[in-house]
Amino acid sequence: MITELIIAFFLLAGSFFVLIASIGVLRLPDLMMKMHASTKAGTLGAGLILVAVGISFDEISVLTRILATIIFLLLTAPVAAHLIGRAAYYTGIELWEGTIVDEMDRNGEISEPEASRKSRAASDAKLNRNVSES
Amino acid sequence: MLNGETVLLDTVLVITFAALSISLVAGMIRLLIGPSLPDRVVALDLIAYIVIAFIATYCIHTGTSDFIDAAIVVALIAFLGTTAFARYVLKAGRPSTNDEI
Repeated sequence: MITELIIAFFLLAGSFFVLIASIGVLRLPDLMMKMHASTKAGTLGAGLILVAVGISFDEISVLTRILATIIFLLLTAPVAAHLIGRAAYYTGIELWEGTIVDEMDRNGEISEPEASRKSRAASDAKLNRNVSES
Repeated sequence: MLNGETVLLDTVLVITFAALSISLVAGMIRLLIGPSLPDRVVALDLIAYIVIAFIATYCIHTGTSDFIDAAIVVALIAFLGTTAFARYVLKAGRPSTNDEI
């Protein structure tokens, strides 16, 4: 009975966090905020539900696989979010208009990859040309 | 494994399935409306997490532990897909929006 209560708690907590994550991805205004909802709450929710599975099966093989999955999720979710956020930022995603601090300077203060620097140099040149023409 | 599901666990499983289904629909809406490619990639990532949670809940529901391997595979594919999309976004330059398509 007590085991079932624990399983039920983990299941409810996990599904709650997954639901919060998906509402965040649907409703938040800008990519970075969406990513923050998806990565943190989503990983936590899936991890909690996996913990519930690990408790409900009383076998060491299941527990090992569950642990491997959770560790894999915790390791890869931040890496994936960082990669996609970095790529989106350097290719000029729009931030929310209420953003106060943008600690990275898009104009080359912090080193950036060759490809995006080239593409922005081209677009900057085009912009300057337009400004000087007008 | 537990000796049969009690009423409590059964109810909780139904609630969990319902919440995960709503989450899946919300993620799918974000995947469809975009508006930019990174938004869609983030939505796809979230959908992978929801599918992992779904598989885990289904394991408890049926009492078979074989599907956990499928959850591991989904996690792997989600990470590889996101990485590939990040490289693609970086190479493709400016993210296209719905207006440009």
